[in-house]
Amino acid sequence: MRRAYFKNNWIAAALVAPQLLIIFVFFYWPTAQALYWAFTLEQPWGGGNQWVGLENFQAIVEDEYYWNSVMVSIIFAFFSTLLSMGMALVLAIAADRQLNGYKFYRVGLIWPYAVAAPAVGLAFRFIFNPSAGLLSHLNQIWPGIWDPIMNGDHALAMVIFAGAWKQVAYNFIFFLAGLQAIPRSLTEASAMDGAGVLRRVRDIQLPLLAPTAFFLLVINITDSFTDSFGIVDTMTAGGPARATDLMVFKIYEDGFRGLDYSGAAAQSIILMLLVMVLTFFQFRYIERRVHYT
Amino acid sequence: MADINIRRVEKSYGDTRVVHGVDLDIRDGEFVVILGPSGCGKSTLLRMIAGLEAISGGEIAIGGRVVNDLEPRQRGCAMVFQNYALYPHMSVAENIGYALKIAGIGKAERRARVQSVATAIGLEDYLDRRPGQLSGGQRQRVAMGRAMIREPKVFLFDEPLSNLDAKLRVQMRLEIRHLHQRLAATSVFVTHDQIEAMTLADRMVVMNQGNIEQVGAPSDVYDRPASTFVASFIGSPPMNLLPGRMTESGQHVELADGQHVPIPTALAQGRAGRPVTLGIRPEDIRHGPAAGGSGLTAKFDFLEELGMGRLFHGTLGGQDIIMHATDKTPPVFGTAVDIAFDPSRLHLFDVETGKRLAGESGRADKEQWSGYRATA
Ligand SMILES: Nc1ncnc2c1ncn2[C@@H]1O[C@H](COP(=O)(O)OP(=O)(O)OP(=O)(O)O)[C@@H](O)[C@H]1O
Ligand SMILES: [Mg+2]
Repeated sequence: MRRAYFKNNWIAAALVAPQLLIIFVFFYWPTAQALYWAFTLEQPWGGGNQWVGLENFQAIVEDEYYWNSVMVSIIFAFFSTLLSMGMALVLAIAADRQLNGYKFYRVGLIWPYAVAAPAVGLAFRFIFNPSAGLLSHLNQIWPGIWDPIMNGDHALAMVIFAGAWKQVAYNFIFFLAGLQAIPRSLTEASAMDGAGVLRRVRDIQLPLLAPTAFFLLVINITDSFTDSFGIVDTMTAGGPARATDLMVFKIYEDGFRGLDYSGAAAQSIILMLLVMVLTFFQFRYIERRVHYT
Repeated sequence: MADINIRRVEKSYGDTRVVHGVDLDIRDGEFVVILGPSGCGKSTLLRMIAGLEAISGGEIAIGGRVVNDLEPRQRGCAMVFQNYALYPHMSVAENIGYALKIAGIGKAERRARVQSVATAIGLEDYLDRRPGQLSGGQRQRVAMGRAMIREPKVFLFDEPLSNLDAKLRVQMRLEIRHLHQRLAATSVFVTHDQIEAMTLADRMVVMNQGNIEQVGAPSDVYDRPASTFVASFIGSPPMNLLPGRMTESGQHVELADGQHVPIPTALAQGRAGRPVTLGIRPEDIRHGPAAGGSGLTAKFDFLEELGMGRLFHGTLGGQDIIMHATDKTPPVFGTAVDIAFDPSRLHLFDVETGKRLAGESGRADKEQWSGYRATA
C-alpha cells in the first residue's frame, strides 16, 4: 500500500512535535525522574541527594505495610472490576433488549463517568455513613452490622463499591456498543433455533462480546491500580488500620505526608512494573481466547 | 399438517402502517413465493409468521393453531436469512447442530444427524471450519442445513439467494426445489426476483405497498395480471400499457393518436365510450399487417438483439412500447411500420383503480400464435 508522505521531513517533525512534547513533559520526564529518585536518597526540602542503589527497594520489600497494601490493591482490583463489569453487562443487556425505561438509564448511566473520583467518594461517604447514611437503618435493627469506620472489611467493601460504581458507566457504554454491533439476525436465528432469552445471551451474545470484555478487563484492572486515589482519599484515607491502603494511596501518603520521596518513587516504579506485567499476562493468556474467525 | 392461515394481518411501526390487512391461505406442503418491490412489506410479513415481529392486528395460524402470542421456538418454523446469520464463533458442525443442542438431544445422535445433513448439502469436509472460512455459496448451504436439521413443519426463506452470483443462484434455486420435493414441508419464500419467483413457486403472491395484489400460479399471474401494477412488475421487459378510450361501438380501443385497436367483443361489456388502459406483452406484438385488418403502425428507434429474438423499442400513440419479435423482418427505424397485436392476448385495466377489467387468454390460442413466450 502506498502512503501519503511528506517530502520535507521537518514539516512532519513540526506536526508531531507538540504531541511528543506533551508526552515527554508529562510522562517520560516524570517517569525518568521517579526512576532516578528510586535509586537515590532525596532530601525532603530539596538540595542534594545520594545514590543508594537498591536500598529503597529493599526497604519496601521488607516493609509489611507495603505487602499489606499490595494485597489490598489486588483484592480491590479483582472485586471492583468484577462488580463493575458484571453490573455494566447486566444493564447493557437490558438496554439492548429495550426493556422498559431503557432510554432513561441509557443516558442516566453515562453521567457517573463524568463525575470526578473525589466527588464520587464524598457522595458515597454520606450514603454509607453508618449513623446517618442509607445503611444506618440496618444498624438500627442490628446494631453494628454496618460499620466501615471501625471495620476494615466493611471499609474495603465500601471503597470497592464506590470504585465499581464509577467504572460502571464506562463499561456500560462499551458493552452496549458491543452488543449493538452484534447483527440482530444472529439473535433472531438462535431464537428460531429454539433458544430462550438467557440461552441467547449465553450462547451468542456473551461469546461475541468477548473481545469487548477483554478490552474492558485490561482497562479496568489498570484503572483500579492507578486511578483509585481520589476515592480512597475522600472515603477512608486508607483506614481503618490500613484496611483500604491501596498502593496509589500509600505512594501519596509516604511521599507527600511522610516526605519520603525516594521510597514513594520506588513504590511507583514497582506499581508501574506490576501493571505492565499484569497487562502482559492478560494479553498473553486471555486475548488469544477471544478473537474469532 | 402445517397449513398457514393469515387473516387480516396488519403491521404498524408507530403511526406508519406497513402491512394493511393481508389475507392468505397457504396449504400444507405448498411452496409459496412472496414477490414484490423493495419496501413492500414482504420481509415484515414473513417475520410475523416466524414470530420475530409482533403482529399489530389480525391473526396468523399455523397448523390450525393461532400463533400470535407464541414465541418463535414454539411455532415450529425454520428460517433462512438473507445474510445467512451464521454464528461466527461456532464451527459449521456446531452451527448446524445448534438447534438440536438446545432441544437437549444427546451428543451421539447430534453428531449423526449433523453428519447426514452435511452430506445432503455437500459440506462433509467442512464441518470443522468457521463460517468466516467459507465461500458465500458454502455459507448459504450451512444456513440451509441449519434450517433442515430440525425437520421443521414450515420453512421460511427471506431472499436467501440474493447475495450469490448469478450462476450459483440458479444452482441453489434447483437445490431448494429438490429439497422441497424431498421434505414436502410448507415453504414461504420471499424474493424481489421474478425469475426466482416464477421458477420456484407453486403459487406466488404479489405484494405492493403492504397489500396483496394477486395470488395465483405463476402462469396465471403472468397471463392474467390482476392490476397494472402486477402487469408491469411481472415480465421482463414489462407489459406495454397504453392509455386509450373504448369506442362507442365497443369493438375498438382508440389510442391517444387516434389509432384503433380491435378488441374481442367479450372485453367491451358496458365500457363503451369510457377511458381504459390497454395492456399487451412485448411478445404478443409482431410485425406486419394483421390478417383480420387489425393493422396498427408504430415507429421504432432501435433494437436490442437477444439471440432468441429482438426487442424493438419505439412509440405508439405517444407511448413508449417494446416489441419482442422472433421473426427476421429487416428492421426499419424512424418511419411508421405495420405491427399487429394478438387479439387473444389483450388486457384491459380500469384507469382509476388499475384493476383488471377483463381479457382472457387461452393457452390454446397461444399455441396458434406464432409468437414465442419469453420465460421472463
Ligand atoms: N423497524 C421499523 N420501523 C419503521 N418502519 C419499518 C421498520 N422495519 C421496516 N419498516 C418499513 O416497513 C416497510 C416494509 O419493510 P420490509 O422490510 O418488509 O420490506 P421488504 O418488502 O422486505 O423490502 P426488501 O425487498 O427491500 O427487503 C418498509 O417501508 C420499511 O421502511
Ligand atoms: Mg426484505
